[in-house]
Amino acid sequence: MTKNINLYKAGVAFRRGLIYLLLFLFAMIFLLPFLFLLTGSFKTTSELFSVPFHWLPEKWTFDNYYAVFHNIPFFRYLRNTLIIVVFNIIAALVSNSLVGYGFARLRWPGRDKVFMIVIVTMILPYQVTLIPVYMMFTKLRWIGTFLPLTVPGFFGNAFYIFLMRQFLAGIPREITESARIDGANELQIYARLFLPISKPVLATVAIMSFMRAWNDFLGPLIFLGSDQRYTLSLAASMLRSNLDPNWELLLALGAVMVIPVLILFFLLQRYFIQGITMSGIKG
Amino acid sequence: MTRRERREARSGLLFVLPWMLGFLIFTLYPILCSLYYSMCNYSVIGAPKFIGAANYINLLRDRTFLASCFNTAYMILIGVPVTTVIAVTVSVLLNYRKLRGTGWMRVVFFVPTLVPTVVACLLWIWVMQPDSGIVNTLLGYIGIRGPGWLSSPAWAKPAFLLMMIWTCGNAVIIYLAGLQDISPTLYDAAAIDGAGFVRQSFYITVPLLRPTILYNVVTLIIGVFQWFAEPYIMTEGGPSNATMFYSLYLYQNAFTFFKMGYASAQAWIMLLMAMIIIAALFKGFRFGETEMG
Repeated sequence: MTKNINLYKAGVAFRRGLIYLLLFLFAMIFLLPFLFLLTGSFKTTSELFSVPFHWLPEKWTFDNYYAVFHNIPFFRYLRNTLIIVVFNIIAALVSNSLVGYGFARLRWPGRDKVFMIVIVTMILPYQVTLIPVYMMFTKLRWIGTFLPLTVPGFFGNAFYIFLMRQFLAGIPREITESARIDGANELQIYARLFLPISKPVLATVAIMSFMRAWNDFLGPLIFLGSDQRYTLSLAASMLRSNLDPNWELLLALGAVMVIPVLILFFLLQRYFIQGITMSGIKG
Repeated sequence: MTRRERREARSGLLFVLPWMLGFLIFTLYPILCSLYYSMCNYSVIGAPKFIGAANYINLLRDRTFLASCFNTAYMILIGVPVTTVIAVTVSVLLNYRKLRGTGWMRVVFFVPTLVPTVVACLLWIWVMQPDSGIVNTLLGYIGIRGPGWLSSPAWAKPAFLLMMIWTCGNAVIIYLAGLQDISPTLYDAAAIDGAGFVRQSFYITVPLLRPTILYNVVTLIIGVFQWFAEPYIMTEGGPSNATMFYSLYLYQNAFTFFKMGYASAQAWIMLLMAMIIIAALFKGFRFGETEMG
């Protein structure tokens, strides 16, 4: 009897070890491209192109990072990116919390039907609206400015509205009632009662709009005409499409672009995950 | 309606006003416009000229368009299922109750999704490099001579598939959340009946995870239709249109050749195809759902 139990225990331990090993190997494979980005950015040109491949640089060099900050207008690209990012975060926080509040806490005729439209626009491919929107911005003479990448944010985003509404709808109704009896109007209730409670979901919205603006490629590609307005992503792709791209510089630039996101992620992991899991709930 | 209700309704409408305006300006009006453009000859300069269904008919004869449909279908029929199986497997294993110390792995699987798309593309050009790339170096260790990947018409799409798998972290996070909702008592009951981890996974986990799988599959499919930056930066659609994906060709028609009407027709075909696929999936996945309770 005890022998059987021991055998069973050994089997469980073996299986556990096997699964762990499997996951471990797979996780390592997922990490390899990062390892390459980091080590590659410290390699010299000749070593980067050397065959066979070197996992670690034989001679570590900081030249590539020096080049990122000195040979290309890095700080201009960074400033452009940050302008777009900051405006998008502010726009997302203001507009979506207002709209989410209107859908979650106030009753008006047709509200739930209109909210269905919000949900439907979430899966609408942007290609269907892209061309007319582009023509609209052309007529407004907004091409080559940051406006096409910042102004639409102030009109709300279906997904963020959904997140805000789900969060706000979960707050008990009594809170609002007592404030109403005290004579507060809706804007006051929204600003003094709900905004402070909504911090976690606001953080999620802020992070997601940061990620979206920081990573966006198609928008800048279409709407930002000249090098003067390029974002980091767009600049990186333009440098790559050169006839003879400077790969060491590009890898260092890539590392510089990834690092802020990674730092933000490790600081605010909870909010990153929250936004993604909440998107799955409606499924 | 009482006065108070009317006042509430008025403030409600005021609160959602930004979205309503945005919907009219940036969604409804553009959709109608693009439907009209799709039936026009429109080259930015000059007004759109109505030509009926000509764009749609020409698209069906356009070899590049058909190639883009084929490549997109390939990714949907092969890429999406492979990615889904891997993401579900990883999530189920990560969720294995008897396993400790997997927290850091969750982070590892998620982190690739944090890499800006453009950087990921630059990285993968190198990862897939025929002579000095990581993939072929690893294959070399076990004695396999790796293919040319992005420069080979036959291997370029599998290279994109590998990249798709690498960025499955979002799906993993959603699966893990879905797995949390499955009651542990079900597993206990199954264990008493003698079902091991593998059988529990197939008979309890996967069926109960179905709504989450559906959500992730739909998201992946929409993602494939919208794939743009990756082929644009990594291959520009080549070699010989092997990686000409749907949105890339749409972009080229619109912003390289300025055939706005033609591109609008592409957008509408995409919308219809995506809707049909999603509707079919919903039907397929819903099948037998009631019996599961």
